[in-house]
Amino acid sequence: MGLLSKKDTALLTDPLADNNPITIQVLGICSALAITAELKASIVMAVSVLFVLGLGNVVISLMRNIIPSKIRIIVQLIVVATLVIIVDLVLKAFAYELSKTLSVFVGLIITNCIIMGRFEAFALGNGPWRAFLDGIGNAVGYGVILIVVGFFRELLGSGTLLGFKVLGDPIEKSGLYSIGYENNGFMLLSPMALIVVGILIWIQRSRNTSLIEEN
Amino acid sequence: MEHLELFFKSIFIDNMVFATFLGMCSYLAVSKKVATAVGLGAAVIFVLAVTVPLNWLLDQYILKDGALVWLGPEYAAYDLSFLSFIMFIATIATMVQLVEIIVEKFSPSLYNSLGIFLPLIAVNCAILGGSLFMQSREIPSLGLALTYGVGSGIGWFLAILAIAAIREKIRYSSVPPALRGLGITFIITGLMAIGFMSFGGMLTGGDEEVKPVKETEAIVEKVQEKVEKEEIAKNTKTIK
Repeated sequence: MGLLSKKDTALLTDPLADNNPITIQVLGICSALAITAELKASIVMAVSVLFVLGLGNVVISLMRNIIPSKIRIIVQLIVVATLVIIVDLVLKAFAYELSKTLSVFVGLIITNCIIMGRFEAFALGNGPWRAFLDGIGNAVGYGVILIVVGFFRELLGSGTLLGFKVLGDPIEKSGLYSIGYENNGFMLLSPMALIVVGILIWIQRSRNTSLIEEN
Repeated sequence: MEHLELFFKSIFIDNMVFATFLGMCSYLAVSKKVATAVGLGAAVIFVLAVTVPLNWLLDQYILKDGALVWLGPEYAAYDLSFLSFIMFIATIATMVQLVEIIVEKFSPSLYNSLGIFLPLIAVNCAILGGSLFMQSREIPSLGLALTYGVGSGIGWFLAILAIAAIREKIRYSSVPPALRGLGITFIITGLMAIGFMSFGGMLTGGDEEVKPVKETEAIVEKVQEKVEKEEIAKNTKTIK
C-alpha cells in the first residue's frame, strides 16, 4: 500500500462496515431494494454505481472551485445524469435482457442519495484523488449490501445463484428438493428485501454496540 | 372510469414506497414526527402533480421515437429518448425551484410549512421515478398522466404518514437494542408492504390470481423482444 497513506486507506475501508452507506448512513436505499431479487442484477447495479460514483466524485472535485454554490445541485444532477446515460446505453448495448430487468432503476441512480450525499459531503471539499477513493469506498460498501441481499433472496427464493441451480432441480426433484425442500417464493417479493436489510442491520448492530441508536 | 382505475392503482397497488421502494431515503429520514411527515408528503403530491404531466408533454413532443414530426416530416426519423434522464431531471430541478419561488411569493404561510422540504424534493427518487414509470408504462394521455402523478403522490403521502405515526408510538415499546431506530423501521415497512400487497386483488375482483398474469405478460414481452431482435439481426445481415 505504498500509494495509499493511512488516511486514504481509511477512506476506502470505513464505508465497508462502520460507516456503511446503506445500513448506517441510510442513503441510497431506493434503488438498493427493488432490484435485489436476483444476484446478477445486484452485481450489475453495484458496478454501475461504482462507475458513476467514482467518476462523478472526481469530476465534481475537479470543478469544486468553479461551481457557484447556489446552483451546485443542478450542476451535480447534470454530471450524474450524463454518467448514468452512459451506463444505460452500455447496458442496452451489451446486456439487453438485464437492462429490461433493471428498467427504470438504472435511471434512478441519478437520484440515488449516496451519490448526491458524497458529492455534497466530500467531493466539494477535497482533491480529486481523495474524492475518487471516497467514491470507490462508498460504492463498494453499497455494493456489498446489495450483493449480500441479492445472494440470500435468490438462493432462498428461487434456489439458484446467477441462474445456476445450486440446490438441485425443483421439477425433477433432484438435490435438496428430493428430501422435500421447497423454494420460499416469498423471498422474491418486494417486502422481503426490506426485512432482509432489517436483519442485516440487526446483525451489524448487535456485533458493534456503539452503533445502536436511541429509540 | 379509466381515470379512477389508474388513480386507485397508483395509490394502493403500485404504491411508490411499498411496491417499488421509491423515495425511501426521505421516507426513512423525515418520518420521525407526523407533522413534518405531512409537510413533506404534501410537497411530494404537489411536485408530482406538476412534473409528471410536464414530463409527459416533453416525452410526447420531443423525446419519443418520431416525436419531432410536428416540426416537419424530415424530423420523423429522430429518436431522442436517450436524453430523457437528463431532460426529466432538469425539468424537475427547475420546477422545484420555480414552485418554491411562486409559493414563497403568493402564500408565505404555505411556504413556511413546505419551504424547507422543497429543495429536498429535487433529489427524491419518487419524483424522478414517477416520470420514468410514466414513460415506461406508456400512459396514453395528458389527463391520465396528471391522475397518475397525483395518485402516486397520495400513495407516498399515505405511506410516510403511516410510518411516522407508528414511529411516534414505537418510542414507548421495548424494541431489542440493536434493532432500535433504523432496523425496526425497515421491518415495519416490510410488514406494511405485505399488507399493501393484499390490495393487488382489488381491481381484478380478488378471486383471480394476479401474479401469474404478470408473469405470462413478461414472458410474452420477452418472446416478442427476441423476435424483434432476431429480425433486426437479420436485417443488418442482409444490409451487409
